[in-house]
Amino acid sequence: MSEHTTQTPRPDGAMIRTRGLTKHFTRHKQTIEAVRGLDLEVAPGELVAFLGPNGAGKSTTLRMLTTLIAPTSGSAEVAGYDVVTHCRDVRRSIGYVGQGNAAGHQQRGRDELVSQGRAHGMSRQDSRRRADELLEAFDLTEHGGRPVSTLSGGQRRRLDVAIGLVHTPRLLFLDEPSTGLDPQNRANLQEQIRRLHTERGTTIVLTTHYLEEADAIADRVVVIDHGLVIADDTATGLKSGLGDLVTLGFATTDDASLAAQRAKARTGASVERTGATVTIRAAQGAEMAPGLVRELADAGTPVTRIEVAGPTLDDVFLDLTGRSLRESDDITEDTSDHISEGAAA
Amino acid sequence: MSTVIENPPTQRIDVQERPLRSADPGFLADTWNVMVRELKPVFREPASVLFAMVQPLVFLGLFAPLLPKVEDGSALQWFVPGIIAMTALMGASFTGANLTQEIVTGSHERLLVSPLSRSSLLVGRSLKEVVPMLMQTAIILLVVTPFSFDLHLGGVLVGMAVLSLFSIGVGALSFALALASKDQDWLFWTVQQTLIFPVLLLAGVLLPLKDAPGWLQTAADLNPLKYVVEAERALFAGSFPVDAVSYGFIGAAVVAALGLFVGLRAMERSS
Repeated sequence: MSEHTTQTPRPDGAMIRTRGLTKHFTRHKQTIEAVRGLDLEVAPGELVAFLGPNGAGKSTTLRMLTTLIAPTSGSAEVAGYDVVTHCRDVRRSIGYVGQGNAAGHQQRGRDELVSQGRAHGMSRQDSRRRADELLEAFDLTEHGGRPVSTLSGGQRRRLDVAIGLVHTPRLLFLDEPSTGLDPQNRANLQEQIRRLHTERGTTIVLTTHYLEEADAIADRVVVIDHGLVIADDTATGLKSGLGDLVTLGFATTDDASLAAQRAKARTGASVERTGATVTIRAAQGAEMAPGLVRELADAGTPVTRIEVAGPTLDDVFLDLTGRSLRESDDITEDTSDHISEGAAA
Repeated sequence: MSTVIENPPTQRIDVQERPLRSADPGFLADTWNVMVRELKPVFREPASVLFAMVQPLVFLGLFAPLLPKVEDGSALQWFVPGIIAMTALMGASFTGANLTQEIVTGSHERLLVSPLSRSSLLVGRSLKEVVPMLMQTAIILLVVTPFSFDLHLGGVLVGMAVLSLFSIGVGALSFALALASKDQDWLFWTVQQTLIFPVLLLAGVLLPLKDAPGWLQTAADLNPLKYVVEAERALFAGSFPVDAVSYGFIGAAVVAALGLFVGLRAMERSS
């Protein structure tokens, strides 16, 4: 079982580098192209979110990068090691927080932390000290001796992250870390991830289908759809091309109709009317809106209601794919299970 | 959403500065780690071994008294070794259920991404089966020794060696079945429940096989548990017939070899 290695990680190289990374699953004689030729580089110290609907291929990508499944073609280096030929070196180098619970439900949290430390070659003493440190850092000290099945969802999720950090990895993967958590626990977890990144410089790659999450914590957002990267930028960069969405309400449909034409003439932006509501998508829409409202009132079509929204990543997704991320979720929810099942085959 | 989210005060997540990575622990240390991990819940809640032996205890309490008198020794003396083998079979064949649970909840995946080798994940788990088996045997012997059962400690110890091999093999098969049932959890229980009673009956655990029709004898001859049970009966009676004991060891070793072979293949493919 000893896979001796002569390959050494390049200290100045990329933390993750993929070339044409591809994964096909065959299911019921049908080939599903879960990931199609992914080229990606992540530098040390980045915090990257893979964003996409369920079944988009982001978890499959993560499973290849964490050595759980082998690529159909292409290659990936993680922490300087090839995921296929040096999988054990990759496993030693990374922390992984999967979609499920890292700790066995019949186990005690502290036992699982110690066992994970031992698996990483730490001495019994170091493993125990580290376990206590992490229990304290994640506010779990008093729960470390309880069966994991009796912990709350939030406590279990904190334990999952703690287990992923036992060996102080330079690179941490989190697969849908906050799915199923209530808003408070989600905010706490995001705060802990952010702090790990800023205080320790840990490189972090997480997948999410929560736009708010990618927006809130990631430096860089990689949007994945149908197994392809369709955008790769900062959240701000992704949104900057879209402009703000200005929604104007009017007393009557006729007013709205006239106002829409005036707004179009005035701004040259994309204008849509639905009933008595006019929506305008325009760069710096927030700055433009007050003047527009005044002009429309002067022209006899007074605005009765106004709403200005900055672009969200949902708008980005809609702009890139023509579908809303939430709609896509509904459509692909069923197939995503099959794709993850396919991973077992 | 009017909830105000209160964040806890800032704490440092990591105080450890020096890298903790040490040398590769190696197969034996990995296997030991996996075994110790599996044993933790057993030692934390020793009463849990009782759950897996409810059925054997029912047979011991409600079936053994129905047995006809036998010429040599008490019926209990004949029946107990079979019940102990039955307990070993049930305990070890149930054990994959823990793995199916770990597959569903996610800890199996965490172990697969850890540096533990695939082989240690299977071998460590299978070796662990010996411990609950020994605990269950001790319980049964404690229960029956006050009755018409003579304890021959030497024979029991050799018998435990045979049953340990058998338990490791059945445990490994059960884990292989759990891994194969990854996406169909009904499969594990269906296969386990379908196989367990034919295997028990064809081993002569409940009733002797000596008056069985020829076809049933032939089927029993192909069942490794039959040889294990025969060896246990001889050993528990304080005798040491070399051929029966050797066949018992061979039967148990065949199960262990098959289990580890199938189990290792299943674990290597696990993702």
